[in-house]
Amino acid sequence: MRIEIAGQNAFIVYFAEQTSAAVSAQIQAAVTNILATMPDSIVDLVPSYASLLVIFDLDRSDHFAVKQQLRAALTNLDSVGASAGNLVTLPVYYSEESGPDLEVIAASANIGIDDVIEIHQQQEYRVYAIGFAPGFAYLGEVDERIAAPRLATPRQKVARGAVAIADRQTAVYPAVSPGGWNLIGLCPTRMFDPDKTPSMPVQVGDRIRFSAISRDEFIDQGGEL
Amino acid sequence: MSSFLVKQPGLLSLLHDRGRFGAHKLGLTTGGPLDGVAFDWANRMLANDVNATCLEISFGGLVIEAQLDTSFVITGAAAPCKLNQELIEQWCTYDINPGDKLEIGFTSAGTRCYLAVSGGFDIAPSFGSSSTVLREKIGGLNGDKLQAGDQLPCSSKRLSTHCYLTAADRPKYSDFARLRVVPGYQQASFNPVQQWRFFNSEYRLSERCDRMGFRLEGETVHSDMVGMLSEGICHGAIQIPADGQPIVLMNDRQTIGGYPKIGAVIPLDTATLSQLSPGSRVRFEAISIEQAHNIHCLEQARFERTSLQPC
Repeated sequence: MRIEIAGQNAFIVYFAEQTSAAVSAQIQAAVTNILATMPDSIVDLVPSYASLLVIFDLDRSDHFAVKQQLRAALTNLDSVGASAGNLVTLPVYYSEESGPDLEVIAASANIGIDDVIEIHQQQEYRVYAIGFAPGFAYLGEVDERIAAPRLATPRQKVARGAVAIADRQTAVYPAVSPGGWNLIGLCPTRMFDPDKTPSMPVQVGDRIRFSAISRDEFIDQGGEL
Repeated sequence: MSSFLVKQPGLLSLLHDRGRFGAHKLGLTTGGPLDGVAFDWANRMLANDVNATCLEISFGGLVIEAQLDTSFVITGAAAPCKLNQELIEQWCTYDINPGDKLEIGFTSAGTRCYLAVSGGFDIAPSFGSSSTVLREKIGGLNGDKLQAGDQLPCSSKRLSTHCYLTAADRPKYSDFARLRVVPGYQQASFNPVQQWRFFNSEYRLSERCDRMGFRLEGETVHSDMVGMLSEGICHGAIQIPADGQPIVLMNDRQTIGGYPKIGAVIPLDTATLSQLSPGSRVRFEAISIEQAHNIHCLEQARFERTSLQPC
């Protein structure tokens, strides 16, 4: 583990060179410990694949004090008892109608569209990071057979709820936005709703499963085509 | 609740408190005033809470009409300001009455003006803050910039004595800035030659500068990093993508990203940067964390000890 300077009011802690479920659990334990032991100086935390950005309040603390507290908070992480994360199931209407890139992924993997849909549901994913846009959760890792590079030209408009793949990551677009990921279906669950508490159905460290639903079920659950 | 009525919204006028903290876990950015120095002065001059909501007026062009009595101040960039057609001073508090018209013209030196009213604008916080982030459609009035016809609610609250900040104590806005940087993040992935180029070249602000980031143009700088996991980005971080042109990430930055970063500009200097116009020149200067600490403490002491003059 390395603690590096990010800026005058921030440290970045690197836990490993690569991501894994174990690294992600360690980061979650660090978040828990930091929030418990140094709530007065910390203003925000950004957990990601293998790192944790720790932002503190320059008016209430400083680099030197925070570094000392941070070192203490990062020892004995194993004893914190990392939470296994909640298991959240997200329904997906997979089809060529809702997933315009299914065919390309199937063709490049030399398998059928049904196989792509099946493989995407087989994995249990972990929420490694949330960012890019409010509610955008980066989920890993996608089975190598259906991992697909980002589009050469991003789409101007991706629908809210679009389920997508980029390399070995998958995600559900929380709002209409431009996007370069490969679209394979639509999820009727809102990934970010500012008027709801909690405003997201998932958080970093949670485990996600996708489960296929029909077009009718998708519409019944509030989906729009 | 009384208010101000927006007659002309200006190019980009946004309601802000100091920013949204603790919501990065949802992917929400910080927002808040680009020039925290001018913002803090505005609230201090009205004896407001440090986190009171002000209006950040980028490039000027705002006209509002009072529907109540209160006091106000305009700090930040220089712009012709008029109360009922008569020129008034910036960095000086005034009273305003129902029916009075306040105009902030286009900025001449600097680009961001701050308008504070006694007690602050009364905006319901979302995710703990009133700060408007257009990209997220969150904060302010419906997550949007000011529009003609908007009402800006606030309380009727007069200052008992008025004050001004002497010219010598006000920030100076020009077309050049020295940006002090605390090296960090992937600094080591920039070899000594690349670092020398970065810290010894002059850069110009491109046309692509907004609340997310300020893109600079000049000597290209390259990192040896090959492939990088996305990670959290702090305020002021200097990201250098494959084209070698640095981007200073500001208040509305995306919270995570996967480009190498050489360090971060200190908050005092991102405030200066935010007041520059495209074409302005900047130089980066590496400082130690100890120096950054001293600069912050000195600036804090200066802010607290500078006295306001009675009008």
